[in-house]
Amino acid sequence: MKEFFLVAIGILVFVIIFQIAKTSEYVSVLKGEEKSRKQNNRINAFLMIAFLVLGFIGAWYCNELYYKKTLFPQGSASVEGEEIDSMMMITIAITGVVFVITQLLLFWFAFKYQEKDNRKAFYFPHNNKLELLWTTVPAIFLTVLVVFGLKFWFKITGDPPQGYHTVEITGHQFGWEIRYPGKDGILGKKNYKLSNIPSGNDLGVDFVGDDKSWDDLRTTEMHLPVGRPVKLVIHAQDVIHNVGLAHFRMKMDAVPGIPTTMWFTPQFTTAEMKEKTGNPNFTYEISCDQMCGKGHFSMRGVIVVESEADYKKWLASQTPEYFRVFPDKAPKPATADTTKVQTASVDLKK
Amino acid sequence: MSSAATLHGEALHGAHDADHGHHHHHETFISKYVFSMDHKMIAKQFLITGIIWAIIGGLFSVIFRLQIGYPDQSFPFLEDLLGHWAEGGKLHPEFYYALVTMHGTILVFFVLTAGLSGTFANFLIPLQIGARDMASPLLNCLSYWFFFLASVIMMSSLFVQTGPASGGWTIYPPLSALGEASEGSKIGMDLWLVSMAMFIVSSLLGGLNYITTILNMRTKGMSMTRMPLTIWALFFTAVLGVLSFPVLLSGAILLLFDRNLGTSFFLSDIYVAGKILPNEGGSAILFQHLFWFLGHPEVYIIVLPTMGICSEILAINSRKPIFGYMAMVASMFAIAVLAFLVWAHHMFVTGLNPFLGAVFVLLTLLIAVPSAIKVFNWLTTMWRGNIRFTPGMLFAIGFVSMFISGGLTGIFLGNSSLDIHLHDTYFVIAHFHIVMGVASFFGMFAGIYHWFPKMYGRYMNNTLAYIHFWITLIGAYLIFWPMHYQGFAGMPRRYFDFSNWESFKQFGGLNEFISLVAMIVFAVQLLFVFNFFYSIFKGRKVTTKNPWNATTLEWTTPIRPGHGNWTGEIPEVHRWAYDYSKDGKDFITQDTPIGEDESKH
Repeated sequence: MKEFFLVAIGILVFVIIFQIAKTSEYVSVLKGEEKSRKQNNRINAFLMIAFLVLGFIGAWYCNELYYKKTLFPQGSASVEGEEIDSMMMITIAITGVVFVITQLLLFWFAFKYQEKDNRKAFYFPHNNKLELLWTTVPAIFLTVLVVFGLKFWFKITGDPPQGYHTVEITGHQFGWEIRYPGKDGILGKKNYKLSNIPSGNDLGVDFVGDDKSWDDLRTTEMHLPVGRPVKLVIHAQDVIHNVGLAHFRMKMDAVPGIPTTMWFTPQFTTAEMKEKTGNPNFTYEISCDQMCGKGHFSMRGVIVVESEADYKKWLASQTPEYFRVFPDKAPKPATADTTKVQTASVDLKK
Repeated sequence: MSSAATLHGEALHGAHDADHGHHHHHETFISKYVFSMDHKMIAKQFLITGIIWAIIGGLFSVIFRLQIGYPDQSFPFLEDLLGHWAEGGKLHPEFYYALVTMHGTILVFFVLTAGLSGTFANFLIPLQIGARDMASPLLNCLSYWFFFLASVIMMSSLFVQTGPASGGWTIYPPLSALGEASEGSKIGMDLWLVSMAMFIVSSLLGGLNYITTILNMRTKGMSMTRMPLTIWALFFTAVLGVLSFPVLLSGAILLLFDRNLGTSFFLSDIYVAGKILPNEGGSAILFQHLFWFLGHPEVYIIVLPTMGICSEILAINSRKPIFGYMAMVASMFAIAVLAFLVWAHHMFVTGLNPFLGAVFVLLTLLIAVPSAIKVFNWLTTMWRGNIRFTPGMLFAIGFVSMFISGGLTGIFLGNSSLDIHLHDTYFVIAHFHIVMGVASFFGMFAGIYHWFPKMYGRYMNNTLAYIHFWITLIGAYLIFWPMHYQGFAGMPRRYFDFSNWESFKQFGGLNEFISLVAMIVFAVQLLFVFNFFYSIFKGRKVTTKNPWNATTLEWTTPIRPGHGNWTGEIPEVHRWAYDYSKDGKDFITQDTPIGEDESKH
């Protein structure tokens, strides 16, 4: 019933607007079309300048409302992201100036040069000097932006600095799987043809062929130590996903069959960010940023950034995946602390 | 051949009949309104089909904006409308993605490519260069009917049990290749691909025809540098389409093979829904290269015609020549060339070789230079003019405003380091909706309001047009401006619901506001549609051949030109199209011979 009324009201509004429009057409015929045309011209010219003023006020008001909700006030959570942020600010400044000048001229000209009986338009077909000016000036500014942009680009896409550690993240419909190389620092090889959810080896790790996999850890959350560069090795099992880390200003596709990498250095722990943002629920979230099917919007992962000591402790508390897949090989539950795990995996290698 | 003969006969016929001013054809309803070979009728067919598609595509956006704006609410009428896709009045996520996909496909291809180029290239090319029809009216007719076929197939995909394609309008495999990965990747995806193949055939037939006509059929005196900018723009658009659409066709066909014949062009190492697929060695990224090799020129296929249309309308209504005609042509040429060299800027975060990425950054930002030239030239065209705010002029000004706003954000996204943060966020949505969605729509509206008198011999209602313009302009900014902030917050696009995300849920109120404005703007577009159809039959009649006091040739034809356009000789052209306010004369038409004491420019 409610919808029916809404539709009825909508149609009524339509009819009224149409009647007004039709009437104004008749009136203009009666009044003299030329006269009413000029009157409409003045109204539209005034609306142009009104739109300009209200538009700038609106843009300012929008900034007041929403700037604080963007990621800029809290700063970048990664060292590399700071450069992206400062680059963003430079670009906002340059484009902002161009935006204000051009919109100002556009609507100001529209108002100022509205049709007047005594005005003659100025025949001005071209002017080489002016055209050269607005070819070169944008070119210079763009060169500056390109130079800085590429400097950061090559840094971000280049090799990670010394002392980094590696974490593997694999996307699938609709979740993230995280794998840490064990003590040996090397991730065991995978073969997608070994993937088998019922057996527990959903990622297709080659436990039989590659003994480097025996100490690898499987976790549900990604833990990272603060201040140490991390290189993510990114896989996808079914369709393309994207590891989106808005707080770290990082993003990289996960493509089936083509592993990709991305590195960054977290500079604040989760606890520090909670304080910084004043949000006790603050979480570093991994969002899937490449449409991957009906559950795309729910493909959420969590990163916990903590001190090196806490990280080590957490790492030590994890059980290698190998023991989960082959429970019979696992050491007795009572002895499943770090040192024992290590000896166990060493034993297996023998 | 037969069509050429018909045309020839008709030309003679027209010359013979000059005094009567009308034709004695035995035109049936079928030959006049259905399988017409008159370029003007074909243009109207494209336009009206485009309008119908635009209503459908726009309605889809309103439906999925309901979900984004009011994620907790249920709308029982949606169940009446969509059946099992909206059980209990809540949109199913699968169908939400289908709506998003169809919204993009419909508006990018069916409205802003076919509906825009199809309308204005068909309508304006013969009329403005002084030709009686296209080089091949038959191919032109086929071009429309292939488009119609594509439309029927795409429309039918909306009604299949598993729903239409739902992998986004960019249909990246493997998602679009595997029925196990998504409902929309079942039969809906095959229909999508077949429909697009038909669409591409239509686009190629049309494009080749436009190019041939412009190169070969200009009237006496109409040298290339005397052509109105609309024709230059439509020419570059057609060239872009002819060179890039076949690449999409190849991508679509390879994808069809992968889907149905077991090939592995785009598939490798896939474990989906508990199944290990045998495909190895393909590259999912290859498809993106093929797609964007069309996809990027496509953006210019959409925006170039509107640049031409708005250049023309800004000059006429400022009563001034377009500023820097040659620079305008050169910048369009530069844009057309660069359009082919920037496709990988859509792929900065796919794991692209960083050096290759750097090359694409450089080339992408280069496009800003010709774009800047165009903007400053439009501004200078208005400077010291004597501006008439016809509905067409209002939309042309709106176009420039939108083109500036959306073009500037392109500088962010074209710069790969910034793109890392902004890629696939709401910032991207804001950017491309403003620069190629709203701006192109504004250009299209400008063109429709401006040439409506030529199409139907009547005017559209001005008051409705003013309401349409101001609400659309304000609404478009209200919808898309705040989205930049959502993008700065990293909010990903194509999300069904943000409420589970600590990082993105702070924009609930804004989403609701945007959805509300979107509904209002959509309603106002219906007002335009009503104005359009009402005015065809009941609009104020045009009483003069040249209602806008313009210089170009279409205004030398009769008020309602028949097939063949001119009764009698086609006028000869003596000057460029922009002699406004020259030597104290308000305007001098292109077919006026150069006077003895006329000043040179």
